[in-house]
Amino acid sequence: MASRTAGDLTGTAPVLTARAVHRAFGPTVVLAGVDLTISPGEVVALLGGSGSGKSTLLRILAGLDGEATGETAVRGPAAVVFQEHRLLPWKRVAENVGLGLSGADTDQRIDRALTEVGLADRRRAWPAELSGGQAQRVAVARALVREPDLLLLDEPFGALDALTRLRMQGLLRRLRAEHGFAALLVTHDVDEALLLADRILLLDAGVIAEELPVDLGNGRTPDDPAFGTLRRHLLDRLGVPTT
Amino acid sequence: MSRTTLADAPDPVTATAPARPRRPARPARRWRRLASPVLLVLCWELAARTGLLAPEKLPAPSDVLATGWRLARDGTLAVHLVDSLTRAGVGLLVGGGLALFLGTVAGLLRLGDDLVDPPVQMARMLPHLGLVPLLIIWVGIGESLKISLVALGAFFPIYFNTYAGIRDIDERLVEAARTCGLGQAARLRHVVLPGALPALFLGLRLAIGAAWLSLVVGEQVNAQTGIGFLMMEAREFSQTDVVVLGLLIYALLGLASDLALRVVERRTLTWRRGLRAT
Repeated sequence: MASRTAGDLTGTAPVLTARAVHRAFGPTVVLAGVDLTISPGEVVALLGGSGSGKSTLLRILAGLDGEATGETAVRGPAAVVFQEHRLLPWKRVAENVGLGLSGADTDQRIDRALTEVGLADRRRAWPAELSGGQAQRVAVARALVREPDLLLLDEPFGALDALTRLRMQGLLRRLRAEHGFAALLVTHDVDEALLLADRILLLDAGVIAEELPVDLGNGRTPDDPAFGTLRRHLLDRLGVPTT
Repeated sequence: MSRTTLADAPDPVTATAPARPRRPARPARRWRRLASPVLLVLCWELAARTGLLAPEKLPAPSDVLATGWRLARDGTLAVHLVDSLTRAGVGLLVGGGLALFLGTVAGLLRLGDDLVDPPVQMARMLPHLGLVPLLIIWVGIGESLKISLVALGAFFPIYFNTYAGIRDIDERLVEAARTCGLGQAARLRHVVLPGALPALFLGLRLAIGAAWLSLVVGEQVNAQTGIGFLMMEAREFSQTDVVVLGLLIYALLGLASDLALRVVERRTLTWRRGLRAT
């Protein structure tokens, strides 16, 4: 099992450190020694083809995989948003957001988080009454209400339609600018990685095959020629021919 | 579904079209479905009145009701009813409680599953009413026989539905609860229990049905009170009307308990209404 240790509490220390993370399912080695650090406030995208082990790595970092070896350390509160919203169907939206919270100001915190994702008026709704995009926004609110230093996102917009996905990407950028959390974004969408991340890691054959800083500034759009160059390079590395 | 849930996505078609007359259509259908049972009872009454049915074979429904009224007024019915209900209640509590405990242990713990489930699966193959001779040897022919039979009948549906209810819980929801910082006890309370509740209700409904069935059989073995005793005694004196009345009471008891449980279920599982509305 990967040992999880609480790191020191200085401001510049990484919020996430992983060393020599290794995971095999039977004879199949999925992760063959992954090293990873994330600084406070940094958004790192983890790109890889399907079956490359990127979701496995995120699950290990979230503490959901007891059979991985190596070392992982998360400093400060962390929260996870999964590909599916994973809201409890028997709890109303507000109860889902506040799951596991206690304290006198819980209600206000829930309201604030729901307001931030634009769903303040749906706090009494059942999850089954929400659209896919709304449910995923509630899942983001559930993560946000924990005031995380680190957000672990496992293809959070992968199950949404293209338009909703664009809106959610905008929402995430806004929330990140406001709260300054660090994030690890697991995705197979090159454009999404380029739009949101400060740094892109390419997972291939169980190791980080390439590390790529994204210096596109804040108002980045896919129309930027530099964006196109990076995009072509990444697609090339992922084995998608771009002609 | 309430109006507010549609507010942020108004569908132009449903918003402007008048409400569909779905509700008013239902009562007419309900009346039609009532027609054939009423007709059957009328035929029965008519056949009994004209002497087509011999009164000692099957008395008229009006006679059965009159007998019921007579027994209710002199207090006989209440005594027997209370005794039957007590047996059913105690049996359900004992059998159901044990089933809930063992089903939870087997559903939650791998060790519990390995130790508890195989013998229960084997015992399930025994028709529990066939155990009457053995039970008489073990616990005698008194109250404990009736209660044991009811408990046995109630045990299996509750055990299997508890087990299945816990096993069918989406593992991904449990994981999500873990990432929200919920410990084991909190996960049980917020995820496992509500997730297994629909299956528990189903088990309880089946168990109540089995409890009545067990009672019918159990009360025919050397009982001094109870609806079953009332019927057996009436058979000896050829009081067919009391026998039919007993059957009617068993049916009404089953119906009433099922209805009551449905009401509780609907109140407890409100979230599923939302599920159906979409």
